[in-house]
Amino acid sequence: MPNNTVIEELRLEHITKRFPGVLACDDISLSVGKHEVLALVGENGAGKTTLMNIVMGLYQADEGSMFINGEKVSFKSPNDAFAYGIGMVHQQYMLVPNMTVLENIALGMKDSWHFTVDLSSVRKRIEEISDHYGLKVDPDAFVWQLSVGEQQRVELVKTLCLGAKFLILDEPTSALTPQETDELIVLLKNMSRELSIIFISHKLNEVKALSDKVSILRHGRVVFNGRTADYSPSEIAALMTGHEVEIASNNSEKTKGKDVLVIENLVVKSDRGFNALDGFNLTVKEGEIVGLAGVSGNGQRELAEAINGIRKTESGKIIFYGEEIQNLTPNGVIKKGMGYIPEERNTEGIVPSMSIKENIILKDSDGRFSSHHILKNKEIEKYASTLRESYDIRSPHIFVAAGSLSGGNIQKVILAREIDRNPKFLVCVYPIRGLDMGAAEFIHRLLLDLRNKGVGILLISEELEEIMNLSDRIAVIFKGKNQKMMDAKEATTDKLGILMAGVNDED
Amino acid sequence: MKINHKIIFKVSVILAAVLVALLVGAIMILATGESVFKTYSIIITMPFSNFRTFSEVLVRMIPLTIIALGICVSSRCGINNIGAEGQMAMGIIATTAVAFVVAPLPRFIAIPIAVLVGAIAGGIWGFIPGILKAKLDVSELLSTVMLNYAAAQFYAFMIRVPLIDPNEKTGTPMSARLPESTVLHKLFKGAAVHQGIFLALVLALIVYILLWKTSWGYKMRASGARQRAAKYGGINVSKYLIIAMIISGACAGMAGSVELMGNQGRAMEGITGGYGFSGIVVALFGGLHPAGIIPAAFFFGILLYAQVNLQILTSVPPNLVEALQGLIILIIVAVQMILSNQYLEEKFRKKFFSKKEA
Repeated sequence: MPNNTVIEELRLEHITKRFPGVLACDDISLSVGKHEVLALVGENGAGKTTLMNIVMGLYQADEGSMFINGEKVSFKSPNDAFAYGIGMVHQQYMLVPNMTVLENIALGMKDSWHFTVDLSSVRKRIEEISDHYGLKVDPDAFVWQLSVGEQQRVELVKTLCLGAKFLILDEPTSALTPQETDELIVLLKNMSRELSIIFISHKLNEVKALSDKVSILRHGRVVFNGRTADYSPSEIAALMTGHEVEIASNNSEKTKGKDVLVIENLVVKSDRGFNALDGFNLTVKEGEIVGLAGVSGNGQRELAEAINGIRKTESGKIIFYGEEIQNLTPNGVIKKGMGYIPEERNTEGIVPSMSIKENIILKDSDGRFSSHHILKNKEIEKYASTLRESYDIRSPHIFVAAGSLSGGNIQKVILAREIDRNPKFLVCVYPIRGLDMGAAEFIHRLLLDLRNKGVGILLISEELEEIMNLSDRIAVIFKGKNQKMMDAKEATTDKLGILMAGVNDED
Repeated sequence: MKINHKIIFKVSVILAAVLVALLVGAIMILATGESVFKTYSIIITMPFSNFRTFSEVLVRMIPLTIIALGICVSSRCGINNIGAEGQMAMGIIATTAVAFVVAPLPRFIAIPIAVLVGAIAGGIWGFIPGILKAKLDVSELLSTVMLNYAAAQFYAFMIRVPLIDPNEKTGTPMSARLPESTVLHKLFKGAAVHQGIFLALVLALIVYILLWKTSWGYKMRASGARQRAAKYGGINVSKYLIIAMIISGACAGMAGSVELMGNQGRAMEGITGGYGFSGIVVALFGGLHPAGIIPAAFFFGILLYAQVNLQILTSVPPNLVEALQGLIILIIVAVQMILSNQYLEEKFRKKFFSKKEA
């Protein structure tokens, strides 16, 4: 019955959801009308994704109820939500890489499954949808061949093929280049003439560009509801964090220091065996932040791992303070004075099941924190407690498992450990990915302080704003090569965006 | 307070698991036609009826504890050693062989040498899967099981040909009695428990200190808990994997030496008797912590002793006790799922502790 009903209004009333020790959603009420775009904004852990999962029937609310066209509904599973035409594109795409686009979409369309899958009807449906909304996809391409932006289009087509009239998008632009982001926004703008959309975002300019209404969540509560047009991005930012946000930026004099990290013609293979870095060159000076921009997957991970001895290099040199360090062991590189903030903070930067205290000594269990291999427990506790305070790690005490902390606090544990070891250099990969503005600001200040103390920093990021605010010089990586190195003053979003997409004006 | 409710939660889940196992066991006993009450009361009361029976439990506890301590080290380092059975057999053979060599020496020299040689033999048998895993990424599940077969065959050969008792004319495959200077004495006259129990207790302390008080143990635990983070932190994971397997094998080897020198007196067929596998269960049941392993070993000692008593006193087949053990293993797996579920723990806390905390 419900599939043909048009959703005139989706209304949530007093939704509350508790997880052990956390109140994820606290008495949330909001509504979205026909052809409306609602932006759901808030720091990480504010409860946005939880709320959307409740709408999709993935979680059940502890209290409160949901109404569609004034009628109370309760979804026990995503299938119930699909039946009402509600579809969600998750932050992590749910596609099978070694199947074609057509097969992936057919997977979700159970009415095309008879004894065999009726692929031709699925193909027809894909064509209809992509013509109608201007979403170009190649049904016969394999998903692994597609860029992140293309995969996202496939997700959208998949959701629409299932008959979604009400779209929920969880941080749809987080992995896209600036150009892809612009395209997506135009596309969604057009789609909103026929669909209702809720989209979750951190990026306030997107919120401005796309949404009609904005709801701001903080600590599980709605702190603000309003029409987007009436507020400026900075007003929204202030409401989101609860205080005025000062964006950390690098205004200091340029360093005249010597080159401390020189990478020459570096070739490194990826896990899948191709050359992820293919003749990569880069230099970083003392007391300088070099931002390396690029869409993730262009060799950034391999570069960071090669510098830190975690990945073997094929050829080329990594020269650190005059010494070649390529193919040293991770410990060898650490001993040279390298600090590293890895991309995967939950699984690589910390041992999640170990306490904060134990994670703080990850690199020093045989150094200053033990004598004759016996750990100096008192000293470790004292040190960890000091760091917990000075780095504002929010936890009840230092004995909690590091993995149970929020992303921002995990990152602070890692930074505390790396910075307090007084590194000569810091490789920093996506340091604020997925963090809220408060934590991001704090981390950026730490990095700038470190730079001003004369430490060189290689900042690998896909957030152009972050790169432009912090860097002294900016390089752009594309398919394992350094596209261009420029002074931060010359850089603009457009210029970087074009380079990130692989177009080099010097070619 | 917070730690308190966690421990109570864990203990009650484990006790519930034992209860479930006993209930299912009751059904099996009913199927054999024996009285459930009688069977269980034999299992539970026999060990406590006098000191002799109690020491029968203790004597089984010794190899179980030592093996489980080794399993605890390897599991904490992230490698599953299911080759303790083979490592124990190698320990027994090596100790037997060396016992006759060191026989002329005084006890306080001969005994440590014999135990050490057992540890080395077991350690080598643990080193092989360790290095295969570290260098070639060979699954330790595969290599340790295969080495169990190899060890069993080698053991059978040794007690049939080179080490066979020269005074035994019937050809029974067993070694000669160990010379007196390498025999671990009984603690009390007429009771089976022997000096090996001190080794078990000391080892428990050593393993605790190693894992939780030293940088080596810290590195092993970090490697086991999240290998990727350990590598990132500059820890040579391969090295610690190998070391952990050597320690694990050495423990199993020592368990073999001690069982031989204190209890059996000579190498014969079936000494290992599944201790290597029961040891894994004891380690898991004890929460991979020495403080848990000792009571867990005691509990399993009771079960193993019950096999003997049931055979004598009831019509319940001793295999049933083995079936009960199997059940407990299954239940442990389920229990671990429950124990790692924070949500259930929170519910438990709310239900039973909310008044105190509020």
